[in-house]
Amino acid sequence: MGKRIGIEVAIAAAEAAALCRFEVAAVYPITPQSHVAEHLSDIVNDGRVDASFITVEGEHSALSAAIGASGTGARVITATSSQGLLYMSEVMPIASGMRVPIVMIVANRAVSSPINIWNDHSDIMPMRDTGWITFFSENGQEAVDMVIQAYKVAEHRDVMLPVDVMMDGFQLTHMVEPLFMPDQEEVDRFLPPYVPYATLHPDNPVSMGTLAMPDIFAEAQKSKDAALVNSLTVIKEVWKEWEELFGRKYEPVQTYLTEDADVAMVTMGSMGETAEVAVDELRRQGIKAGLIKIKLWRPFPFEDLKKAVKGIRVVAVMDRAVSFGGPGGPVFSEIRSALYDEPARPAVVNFIIGLGGRDIQVVDFVDMMKKAAAGKLAEPYEFYGVRG
Amino acid sequence: MSDKKWPETWQEINPGCMVFRPGSSAEYHTGSWRAKRPLWDKVKCIKCGLCYIYCPEGCITEDADGFFEANLNYCKGCGICAKECWTGAIAMADEEE
Ligand code: SF4
Ligand code: SF4
Repeated sequence: MGKRIGIEVAIAAAEAAALCRFEVAAVYPITPQSHVAEHLSDIVNDGRVDASFITVEGEHSALSAAIGASGTGARVITATSSQGLLYMSEVMPIASGMRVPIVMIVANRAVSSPINIWNDHSDIMPMRDTGWITFFSENGQEAVDMVIQAYKVAEHRDVMLPVDVMMDGFQLTHMVEPLFMPDQEEVDRFLPPYVPYATLHPDNPVSMGTLAMPDIFAEAQKSKDAALVNSLTVIKEVWKEWEELFGRKYEPVQTYLTEDADVAMVTMGSMGETAEVAVDELRRQGIKAGLIKIKLWRPFPFEDLKKAVKGIRVVAVMDRAVSFGGPGGPVFSEIRSALYDEPARPAVVNFIIGLGGRDIQVVDFVDMMKKAAAGKLAEPYEFYGVRG
Repeated sequence: MSDKKWPETWQEINPGCMVFRPGSSAEYHTGSWRAKRPLWDKVKCIKCGLCYIYCPEGCITEDADGFFEANLNYCKGCGICAKECWTGAIAMADEEE
């Protein structure tokens, strides 16, 4: 059962892809994803996997090459961040529409302008509706595990969709963490070789990404939506299997001390770990606090969320992105909308925090939770800690 | 892998809208959105073939007598043939049900 090692998380994520025996990597480097790109290139160069590395001239080409390669039946890895992800945005719905099981590692970073290379979730939020399954990892171990799980989900015959794995830029990518790297045999047992549904091959011609006129386009989109919604079952199965094999539990909505909670925070990504410490601190102060971590952003786990908030009075959603001119942060609007039909729904409030790498400390979470518990938010959403 | 002719419902759509029958796009009648159709006047036509050359759909064919006609399954009514015909032999008529 794997060895516990100290390793930089970006490198560990690339190693996880190698354990999946990827066959094509098409990547363009961008901060803070660069170490993933560099290490994938090293892995191919050293002959550690039987793979091609496509050096592309930009992210638009990276994802386009990934789609083409996946169409031929190869297991493909790509990775990006921030502007690079936005540059891919034109191609993202093509990948999901063509149902190619690409796995992409996203080192989350703020988008310009002003230019900022540090972490927040403003790169992935505009990609929300492109039809990709989206995992949010909380630490290095989860990033590694999720890359491997992603292939199993993506390639499942009932899914056949691309998966992107989020890991917060710098906070995770550039940290050296102690984590278990699974053994090759374990991964081989968990993840069989990719058997594609169809391949681009002259012996057996097939057209992918064809034209759909108005009389069939809506049906095509409905089938894509259904595939994404139904993938939830497969994701849960794969996570269950992972837990049985590796002993690490993954759930679309993971809760911490919510059973008797009066107030709860909702987080995605690496801030969950700090928030957990804040919950302990609040409990010490006699406040019944809890934590809800969203691990699966698309398809959104509506039922799991409803179960998680049962009996909670106030839910404070921590957004690491802004929906400019909108109803609050993207996670907030999602969660408020998910709970709208619940007869006994909690009050849902929103803090926008940690933008562009701004530090979020335990005291900040404690402070926000107290504010939320006391109903002290003047606005429907608050840019927490903004001066002025 | 289905080789059905045309998906009626969303459940029948192949994953990724993949098409498994080579050449089947000929069955995809792309002329369905046409608002106007070309009408040939054989008196004015001098059989120069310009309409045939310019049709972006490649849907104009020559008949046994050397005159031209459009396959309305594919003609999208763009009017390019009428514009290019220098003898004015092609008129664009409103498409009627
Ligand atoms: S109207 Fe356009 S598509 Fe139709 S026959 Fe003329 S050139 Fe071709
Ligand atoms: S361009 Fe006009 S004249 Fe020439 S063949 Fe076509 S219809 Fe006849």
